[in-house]
Amino acid sequence: MIRVRGLKKRLGSKQVLNGVDLDVTTGETVVVMGRSGSGKSVLLRHIIGLMIPDEGSIEVEDQEIVGIRERELDEVRRRIGMLFQSAALFDSLTVGENVGLAMREHLRLGEDEIQRRVEERLQWVGLSGVEPMKPASLSGGMRKRVGLARALAMDPQYILYDEPTTGLDPIMADAIDQLIRALQKKLGVTSIVVTHDMTSAYKVADRMVMLYEGRIVFSGTPEETRTTKDPIVRQFVEGSSTGPIKPL
Amino acid sequence: MEDTLPLRGFRFVRARALDWVAEVGRVTLLLRDIARFMVPGLRSVGLLVQQMGTIGVGSLWLVVVVSLFTGAVAAVQAAYQFTAVVPMRYLGSVVLRSVIIELGPVLTGLVVGGRVGASIAAELGTMKVTEQIDALRALAIHPVRYLVVPRVVASIIMLPIMTIFSDAIAVFGGWVVAVTSIGISSHTYTQSIKDFFLIKDLLSGLVKAFFFGGIIGTMGCYYGFATEGGAEGVGAATTKAVMTSCVLVLISDYVLANVLFRFIFAK
Repeated sequence: MIRVRGLKKRLGSKQVLNGVDLDVTTGETVVVMGRSGSGKSVLLRHIIGLMIPDEGSIEVEDQEIVGIRERELDEVRRRIGMLFQSAALFDSLTVGENVGLAMREHLRLGEDEIQRRVEERLQWVGLSGVEPMKPASLSGGMRKRVGLARALAMDPQYILYDEPTTGLDPIMADAIDQLIRALQKKLGVTSIVVTHDMTSAYKVADRMVMLYEGRIVFSGTPEETRTTKDPIVRQFVEGSSTGPIKPL
Repeated sequence: MEDTLPLRGFRFVRARALDWVAEVGRVTLLLRDIARFMVPGLRSVGLLVQQMGTIGVGSLWLVVVVSLFTGAVAAVQAAYQFTAVVPMRYLGSVVLRSVIIELGPVLTGLVVGGRVGASIAAELGTMKVTEQIDALRALAIHPVRYLVVPRVVASIIMLPIMTIFSDAIAVFGGWVVAVTSIGISSHTYTQSIKDFFLIKDLLSGLVKAFFFGGIIGTMGCYYGFATEGGAEGVGAATTKAVMTSCVLVLISDYVLANVLFRFIFAK
């Protein structure tokens, strides 16, 4: 379980997170909705310890991660996989080396076993035979899949998805959504998906929350999100420029 | 208080001074992390060897060309200054000592500093702005251990090796000029080198190269990690890495020259 309480973060003059409270229960897929720049990615980066909050607490499996030592944080990170918005593949490494990097660094496994696991992870995301390729020669969708295979390398209990379908065509976006659902069923992982793509959000979510002005202002199932009368959520879901959310 | 020109000037100088102090602090923290991750960082021998190849092989032709002409120019200028004052038989020793004490390590430091410092800063800067460094941390791999230690250690190892290479090429360049255009025999040139060669001169140059390697590797990594923004930020980081490396190579050359020749190799 991931428990976030009173999380605050100021970046420059902007209070990006202003007291975020969020619970993600084991096995659940929570979608965090919100406008671009609302702090969704900042929230994910706090959960995996890439940013330090100004205030608040984050617990992963009842272990507080704010203020702990780097070594202890690394132990927590090994239980979390993250798919970055840009996939963030290491350009100097091949696909196989990207997926196998964490295994080579952290596990005492033979090269044959690492190769087997790399192939297995790539098969999970629907890719085979791409191990020798460099990231530069992959399409956007393939890069996301390889990024996901890398996130799965250490058999994480949690997966954080930062805009998994941004920049993809609708067919590839749907394929990624199906993959997220399939992985949740197959591996039973707990997931947090940050997105402003509502089509994708409805497909993958068990629960949807809305981040607005630095706080979680709504939480409900996809059905509750569709039927809510909350004006902020309604405006966002309908994609309207008129309402309480002002265009920037 | 009235916003006068001197006051604005004072504020500007104070802000720059505070920026400089903050920068020194951040470099010090990076050096602390390099020391902390030195042993675990060197376990990945493959990464170290790969970086040594990139730094050494990649800079080889540049060092050859620069050193060859440096030695040649040193011979021409020494011959000009010797005219009617110093016998030409000492030409070899002057070329040798000026090259191994000063020109070899400093020019190698500047040439490699420009090429390697820029390359490291651009590579790490691009990794920073494309979230690859965050991705490493998310995989519980410390970027200083995985990226910085191999680059800094490779620079420290390769600079002295490149300097020895540069010394040899420069002395050869001086020999070519001495024999072909100044009219000194090959035997005279090489005998002069043998007579005046001191191992402490060579060592002093290698000690300098060792420090220059550390400066180049550290500055390239520091400015790469400090990159903000997109392509413009990478360009700015690259420029800063090269400028700072070159300035620090020259400043440390002066400091090391004082320490080495006034204290360590004084006798």
